[in-house]
Amino acid sequence: MEFSLTDIISICDFSKKDIDIVLEKAAEFEKMPVEKKAGILNGKIVASLFFEPSTRTRLSFETAIQNLGGKVIGFADPAASSTSKGETLSDSIKIISGYADIIVMRHFIEGSARRASEVSKKPIINAGDGANQHPTQTLLDLYTIKKEFGKISGLKIGLLGDLKYGRTVHSLMYALAHYPNTEVFCISPESLRMQQEIIQDNSEKLKIFETRDLQEFLPELDLLYATRIQKERFADEFEYEQIKNVFILDKKILEKTKKSFRIMHPLPRVNEIKPELDSTSAALYFEQAKNGLPVRKAILSILKDVEK
Amino acid sequence: MNESDIRLTPIKNGTVLDHLPVGTALKILEILQLSKPEKAVTIAINTESKKMGRKDLVFLEGKELKKSEIEKIGLLARGATMNLIKASEVKSKIAIELPEKAIGIIKCMNPKCISPIEGLETKFFILQKPLRAKCFYCEKTMGEKEIANAIK
Ligand SMILES: [Zn+2]
Repeated sequence: MEFSLTDIISICDFSKKDIDIVLEKAAEFEKMPVEKKAGILNGKIVASLFFEPSTRTRLSFETAIQNLGGKVIGFADPAASSTSKGETLSDSIKIISGYADIIVMRHFIEGSARRASEVSKKPIINAGDGANQHPTQTLLDLYTIKKEFGKISGLKIGLLGDLKYGRTVHSLMYALAHYPNTEVFCISPESLRMQQEIIQDNSEKLKIFETRDLQEFLPELDLLYATRIQKERFADEFEYEQIKNVFILDKKILEKTKKSFRIMHPLPRVNEIKPELDSTSAALYFEQAKNGLPVRKAILSILKDVEK
Repeated sequence: MNESDIRLTPIKNGTVLDHLPVGTALKILEILQLSKPEKAVTIAINTESKKMGRKDLVFLEGKELKKSEIEKIGLLARGATMNLIKASEVKSKIAIELPEKAIGIIKCMNPKCISPIEGLETKFFILQKPLRAKCFYCEKTMGEKEIANAIK
């Protein structure tokens, strides 16, 4: 095993090999007996620093840490951090890296995790830095795809919804570029199209199609990755109300899709996926959320002995 | 004015920046903070060029450029030529390349980025096709026009 990274900051840092190591390790954790897992972070302290609240991500990380027998220090409420008293993030991280063996952090400032990795002697795991990166989300997305389909290369994957601002779909696109012959279908309203720069960056490695029409490629797709359209992105509430109702997935779409067709979503959803789909075989999104645990365990176990 | 006239411009010791894309000469003076120079500065804008059709030129008496200044010019005017003049003779001729990285020479225009917020030394990766600068911290990219405005 030659994992090349000492910190998990951005999916763009990962080689194909690094990704494969994480996915393999995650699969191991799903089969590992509880007692064996519980010794992995024995005696280790992991700081869980949520400068921006995110209950789901935090609980997923802290559960993974506890399952591995590690101890958690930190805060869930940014008001409790000393940056709220005016200390720079750089100073806070320097101090906390003297206490903890690994630091998991989420912060609304973009690039905060990269900065933390520069000043910390201990590994940093980015659990989201504003609109920039959330690499463990991308890794759990890849893990979910691999686990469900047995492969990633060659799949036909639709990305649906807010492709302009959606952090998860941007990162996923760069990550998929490691898997040859994958086809990506960008499905969005005109005003939320995938950024041309991202298409350009990946057009040599992926086959990319763009459409405004969900129905167009539906029969071909192996997987549809839906995302939330965020109200904050719109200056005009009327425009938001119109757009958010353009792509709503319901049971009817399954009349057109393959039997093996699956739907993913980073959750929480608003109205993009009707609950009537939850009990169908297409619903992969709850399984996807659950996969956060083995993936985060894999990352913690890989980083536990890293020397920076 | 044609290229043979330009050769007459008297520079005894200093630097001539040649083959600058049209419209970059004034910006270069701004970057070099030469709006009130101590020694002679001559510029030519939109002159004829065999190589590029039209070009700008900058003549800087008594000035040798620092590495960071050359990098900034590289971001604005790829393919420009820098002639070092000593005792009225061309001592060296260097093609100014696009730098691979830009450290401390452009600022990140993303107000949500940690680098302006904590006053960090900026770091950018320079990407090509099309030309972009990607912030090491927030990973936002700036296009050619934005880069020109972001040079410190
Ligand atoms: Zn930045």
